[in-house]
Formats: sequence, C-alpha cells, structure tokens
Amino acid sequence: MNDLDNVVREFLVESYENLDQLDRDLVALEREPGNRERLSSIFRTIHTIKGTCGFFSFSKLESVTHVGENMLSLLRDGQLTLDADRTSALLNLVDAVRAMLAKIETTGSDGDDTYQPLIDLLTCLQEPPQAPEPSPHHDVEMPTEETVVRPNTIGEVLVREGKVTRGDLLDAVRRQMNGDPLRIGEILVEQGLVKTQDVRDAVATLQESKAAASLAETNIRVDVGLLDKLMNLVGELVLARNQILQFNANQKDPAFLRTTQRLNLITTELQEGVMKTRMQPIGNVWNRFPRIVRDLAVACGKEVRLELEGKETELDKTIIEAIKDPLTHIIRNAVDHGIETPDVRLASGKSRVGTLRMRAFHEGGQVNIEISDDGAGVNTERVRAKAVERGLISRDQADRMSDREAAQLVFLPGFSTADKITNVSGRGVGMDVVKTNIEKIGGTIDLQSVPGDGTTLKIKIPLTLAIIPALIVTSGGDRYAIPQVSLLELVRLKGEKARTGVELIHGFPVYRLRGKLLPLVYLNHELDHAAPAPASEAINIVVLQADDRQFGLVVERINDTEEIVVKPLGKIFKNIPVFAGATIRGDGKVALILDVLGIAQSAGVISEVRDRALAELQDESDDCESEKHTLLLLGMGQDRRAAIPLSMVARLEKIPVKDVEWADGQEVVQYRNRILPLIRVSKVLDVDAGDDRAETMQVVVYTSAGKSVGLVVDRILDIVHTGLRAQRSTRHNGIVGSAVVQQRVTDLLDVEGIIRAAAPAFYEPAGD
Amino acid sequence: MSSTTQYCTFHLDKLLFGVEVQKVQEVIRYQAMTRVPLASPVVQGLINLRGQIVTAIDLRRRFEFAPRPAGRLPMNIVIRTDDGPMSLLVDEIGDVLEMSHDAFERPPETLRGVARELIRGAYKLTDRLLLTLDTERAVQLHGETKTQS
Repeated sequence: MNDLDNVVREFLVESYENLDQLDRDLVALEREPGNRERLSSIFRTIHTIKGTCGFFSFSKLESVTHVGENMLSLLRDGQLTLDADRTSALLNLVDAVRAMLAKIETTGSDGDDTYQPLIDLLTCLQEPPQAPEPSPHHDVEMPTEETVVRPNTIGEVLVREGKVTRGDLLDAVRRQMNGDPLRIGEILVEQGLVKTQDVRDAVATLQESKAAASLAETNIRVDVGLLDKLMNLVGELVLARNQILQFNANQKDPAFLRTTQRLNLITTELQEGVMKTRMQPIGNVWNRFPRIVRDLAVACGKEVRLELEGKETELDKTIIEAIKDPLTHIIRNAVDHGIETPDVRLASGKSRVGTLRMRAFHEGGQVNIEISDDGAGVNTERVRAKAVERGLISRDQADRMSDREAAQLVFLPGFSTADKITNVSGRGVGMDVVKTNIEKIGGTIDLQSVPGDGTTLKIKIPLTLAIIPALIVTSGGDRYAIPQVSLLELVRLKGEKARTGVELIHGFPVYRLRGKLLPLVYLNHELDHAAPAPASEAINIVVLQADDRQFGLVVERINDTEEIVVKPLGKIFKNIPVFAGATIRGDGKVALILDVLGIAQSAGVISEVRDRALAELQDESDDCESEKHTLLLLGMGQDRRAAIPLSMVARLEKIPVKDVEWADGQEVVQYRNRILPLIRVSKVLDVDAGDDRAETMQVVVYTSAGKSVGLVVDRILDIVHTGLRAQRSTRHNGIVGSAVVQQRVTDLLDVEGIIRAAAPAFYEPAGD
Repeated sequence: MSSTTQYCTFHLDKLLFGVEVQKVQEVIRYQAMTRVPLASPVVQGLINLRGQIVTAIDLRRRFEFAPRPAGRLPMNIVIRTDDGPMSLLVDEIGDVLEMSHDAFERPPETLRGVARELIRGAYKLTDRLLLTLDTERAVQLHGETKTQS
C-alpha cells in the first residue's frame, strides 16, 4: 500500500465513488429502462474504469469491464433491452469490479481470478433476442452524448424545451445587442412569445444545471483524519475560550474585554464551521439501500418498493459510520421477516408490492430516523413463545406482558424468531446488537408494530458527539455535567413545598409533577456521597428522560449550562455505569459527565419489574387518598350545588305539589301505600327555594331501617363517578364539607344530619 | 553501555522506588483533583493536565501502605500507558539514577501479595535498595469498584 502510486490511489477513490453511483443507476434503470441519460452515465463510468486500468495494465479488470462495456453500448443503442437478468449480471459486474479494486488496494495487482463465468454470462446475455426489427425506439435525433451537454443560457433552455424557435430567440438577442436593457426572458415575454412561468422554469433549470457543474469545481477531498484533528483542536480552543471568559469577569480593561468577546464569537463560529465539515447527509448511507433491498427482495421472492425521505438530513460523520450497520440490519429484517411474499399480500388484501419507508428528519437537536414497512408486523404471540423457549423470560412474565412490551423482546440478546435460518437473517445476532450500537452513540430505538399492518422502528440519535450542551449541577460539593439531550425540565421546591412535596411510596420517593408521579433519584445517594442536607431548604429536581421513562434527579444545586467537550474516561472506570465521560470546565477543573441511562438503570428506574410494582403502588395510593364515589348532583336555590352519595338514595320521585298533605305539622305524601314524610332540604340549608310555583317536586327517597323519608330538592342535575377529596370539612347546617365536582364547588350533604334536624322522630325506634 | 537503564526515583513511605525514565512523561507538583465517586479507592481523582484528563493513582493505597500523613501533599509522576497518560501519586521525587544491570536481582520468593505483584526487582545500591515498579500492573485495578448496595 505504501509504494502505491498516488495516481492509482486517486483512481481507486474515484472508482469506488463511481461504483456506488452505478449501483444506484442500475437499480433505478431497471424501473425505467428507457432512461438514456442513466444508461449513458453507466456506460461512461464503466468506460472510464476500463480505460484507466488499461493504462495501469490491470488486464483482468480490463477484460471484465470490457465485456460489460460491450453490453452497455448495445443497451444504449437500443439493440438490447434491460431486463432483470441483465441488471443482475451488471450488478454482479459491479461487485466483481469492486472486489478487484479492493485487491488492487491491498496487493497492488488485480488478482488471479479472471471472473470467466461472469464474462461468459455477460457475453451470452449480449445475444440479441434475434431482434427482427432494428429497434423502433432508437432515437437518432438525440445522440446520447448530447444529453450531458449543459445549456448555458435561458434562451437555450427555452429553445430546447420547444417554447420558442431559434429565430425568435435570435431576434430577442439582436434587440438586446441594440441596447434594449431588458433581459432575454423579459423581451420574449414582452413579445408574447413565451409565458412568464416558462421563463421562471427555465431559470430554475439553468440554476440547477449550473449548480451541478460547479459542485465539482468547488469541492476538494480532505482526509478524515485531518478533520478529526481539527475537531479536537477546536474542542481545546472552546475550553480555553471558556477559561478566558471566566477571567473576563474580573477584568476592567475595555480593550481586553472587546478582544475576548471577539475571541468568543470567532470560536463559536469556528466550532460551527468545523462541525459542519464533518456533517454529511444521511443519503450517503442510504444510497446503498436501493441495491440491498433489490437484492434481498429478489433473493426472498418478494416485491419491495423502497421510499427514502429526508436524504439531505445531516449527521456527524462518525455517527453516520456508526449507524450504517444497524440500519442495514433493520432493512434486512424488514424485507426478510416483515414484508410478505406477493401472494400472501394479495390474499390479505394488500397491494402486491410491499413498501419500505425510511424517513430522516431533525427534531429537538436530534436526528430522527423512522423505518416503517407495511408487512405482517411483529407476531407478538410467536415472540412470547420464542422468548420463553429460549429461557429469556418466564411463562408467567410472558403472559403478563402487553403486546407492546412483547414486541420489545426482539431487542433481547440471543433472540431470533426466524423459523429457519436464511442466508439473510436469523442467526441470533440481531436486534440486540442494533440496539447496543445505537445506544453506544447516545441514541435510542423504539419499536411499534401492528399485527397485519407493519412495523415502525424509531431511532433517535444526537447530531454530534464531540461538543454538547450540558447542565452543570452540584452533588457532594463536586460539579457534574448532565447532557442536555436528556433534560426535560427543572423543578425547584421551596419552603413549605420542600417539606411536603416529596412523598414516599413504600420507601421510594416520588414527586407529583402536574398530577403524575415522578420517581425521584437522589444523586448524592447514587454517587455514595453523604446524605443530602436536611430537606428544609429548597429541593432541586432535574427531570430527565431515560429511554421512554421520566425520572427526577435530586441534586444539591443547579449551577449553569455550558458547552462541554466530551472526553472519554479511562478503561479503569468502564464498569461504573453512571459516568459517560469527563470534561474540563471553564475554571480548569475536571467535571464528570453523568450517564443518564446508567443512573436510571443503577437506580432501578427503568427495570420493568420495578416499574410495574410502582404502577400498582400508584393505584393503591390513588385508592386510599381519594376513593372513587358515585354522587347524585343536586341544584339548590339559584345556583348552589350539592351532592349526596348515590348509595344513600333509594329512589328518585316526581311528586305533584297538590298531593302534599299535612300530618303532625309535617308535610307528607302517600307513597306506595305508606305515609312518606317530606323534608325540604333548602329550608334546612337555609337557602332560598327555587321555583315555588312548580307543579311537581323532585324528591329523593331515603330509606333506613325499613322507614323512608323524602328529601325535597330543587333540581336533580346529574350522576357522576369521581374521585373525591373533601376540602372543607365543617359539619354544620347539614353539610359535611365541600369539594370540587365538575369544576364547580359542591356541598356534600349530611343526609342523616338533615333528617335529624327536620324530623327527629325518624331515627327513633319504631314504637310499639 | 547498553547494560544500564536510567530510572526516575521516588520515595513512598520508607521505600525507594524507580520507574524507567522512558516511561515517564513528566513530573509535576500536586494538582487539584476531581474525585470519582464509586471508583476504586486507589483512584485519587482526575487532574487537568493542559487540557488532557489524567487519572491519578495513589501508590500508597495501591501498595496498601498507611495513608499519607495529613498536610503532606503528594507529587505526580505522569507515565505513559496504553490507556493514555496516568499519574502516580508519590511522597517525594528523588534523583534520576543510571543503574547497571549487574546490580539487579529478581524479588525473593518470600515477597508476597501486592508487593510481589508490583515489584519487578531490586537494584542493590550501596546503602539501600532501589525497587523497580511494574507500571503496567500498578495502573491496573482488576476493574474492582465498590458495588452499590
């Protein structure tokens, strides 16, 4: 490799790139075999490789590419049509060329393999199917080479698209030369020869083609090692800048302050710039996928359409490298296991061709990648059975799992549901490796699957690993950095709240964050520091996201946010899960970076068992703190509301006012052959009765010890089932307390008290 | 003169140790350190060495000696290892001595425990022994960390 000529090396780099392009072109061409531009581009690539290796005397490579070129020229001239066989053969050719290039790179020669079978195949496929007619579609008017000649002016574009004639264009140009200040497009529009829209389109076309042309001129190749070094240096510069800014606070010299400000700005810009040099569109990885999907689909006898969206989404190069293999694996899985064969698809009422969609986009400082297929989805029953069979979980656990949880089992190490091992997937190293690799770069992966409808994998990864914003907190007197990607919010409890805000469930501290219980983890405890200061002062809670769980990290103090440069910790710390690395802060001190996932794991926040236990405890606590009640809501007077437990209500009756009689100074009605005493609740509560002239009364019948009494109320509003927490408990005037029901303050009636006040005889034992 | 080796010497408790000069990156005074919770107690902390983060190992703890008397600050000997530079905390720095291999002897069989693990041998000086430290082993901690209860 050392004695390899620079020229050869350049040839290799260029050829590799060209081959990637070839893969894409060939797969695209199979879909639209008539596209001459692609055909000639493929032809040119192979031609270039052939020419160059003749120059370097790589004779075997030359002979292989030669046959390929022959076939391509026939295809280009329309004497052959491109079918699946020929595409496969050409793709094989690309592979062969790639293999030979690799050999050249390592050994300096193109190897001993002559690829005779491939050459024979290609030669054989060149036999035209005894074409009786010399290809009617052969377009003599458009020589292939011309398709790449790029137009330079709007006029040319317009003429080419047939919008104006060359003569009209010449007239316009003449007018311009005679001093007309208008532009060509404007002149043509003015003369009514073309529409404004056409000119606009032409301008767009022109700009595109110019951009394509200039790309080659404004790009240079840079060694990645150099970029890495630059990145490191910028990292150091950022640290030095941070340190200088700290000095700045004590300086009074305006010139010095100005200079440091400038240094600050320039450093920030430089940092962004260097980061950008390492950014690459995710399309660089995705470009391999059409070919992979095609090969897989052919191998599995399936038909798959691959849709790529958001190719231009940019990511740090190291991250791109890191996700290459996981993504490939996911795609393999999707085609092999997910998407069904055409007949199965048709039988289940889907279209013949399966769709595999990959979508990438930026969101919240992270890159999201979604891979979804419209295949069969994860068979959760089979997953459960497989996991039990392999001893990964117990039968009991499997039965208690939700389908969503069961689908996540595919991420367990040593898991594979493939019934037979194909050469594509099912070797037992699978999704667990994918998950580990994604987590290694600080990403997360989530799987959602609808049986029969398909599977969606969502991956979230950070944009870059080198410099990240972080929150600085204090624990045990030391500073620690928490990467901001996992940060959700900060909560500070002061005074009274600091004493009462944290509740214990079975010894586990929790905090009610907007009504939901947030498990709390004490950083001091996790780091084995001394117990935190007495909880009388403020409590600082950093709400963090780990996997799909949230938890609150209680720290002594929240200091600041800072851009930090992540430096790895030495090997001797690798078994401490709570640290992700270290950094040097503005004051020159070293601070450890907390690994949010690691803390969550070591504190048991994200173990499933504990989670379930917590959920159960939560239910219990709900029960004891505010039992659910069914209440009868009543309207009293103008707009007062009252409620009585439905359990105390025997019946609801409407009684005509005229039926009311009097007995022993008490209003009564005849009710089911008995005398029912009536109590006007509004009188007892001392509120104005509603409508006196109503013809009927609403009566709530209350029965106790075989005796009944009717409570006359103004209105019956509703029956509600609600948690109830009496907020005022003042047992007087027939009210036990008040609560908020349906967003209204509602009096809870003391039924027995009311009856006792109005009809004391009711509770006396039945006489005689 | 290929049969001599230069040693950077230092004092630890009552003993005189030596590290091959080629392995030593630099010798610096005591630095403020950031402790690493949960790590082995042998790890004293992390220091900022001109922008590089270096782990400091307390050799007294490593050798299971008595702790350094209060108020006495250790010195850093920064050595090169496969895992980047590491700092060894020692009591005091001595001279650089050029030792002849004739004066070297492997440790006697009676040496046991940590001493046997970390001491490669001894050079016999006129009045005392210069013990050579196996730096690779000195910075290897068998990955032992305090496990959380």
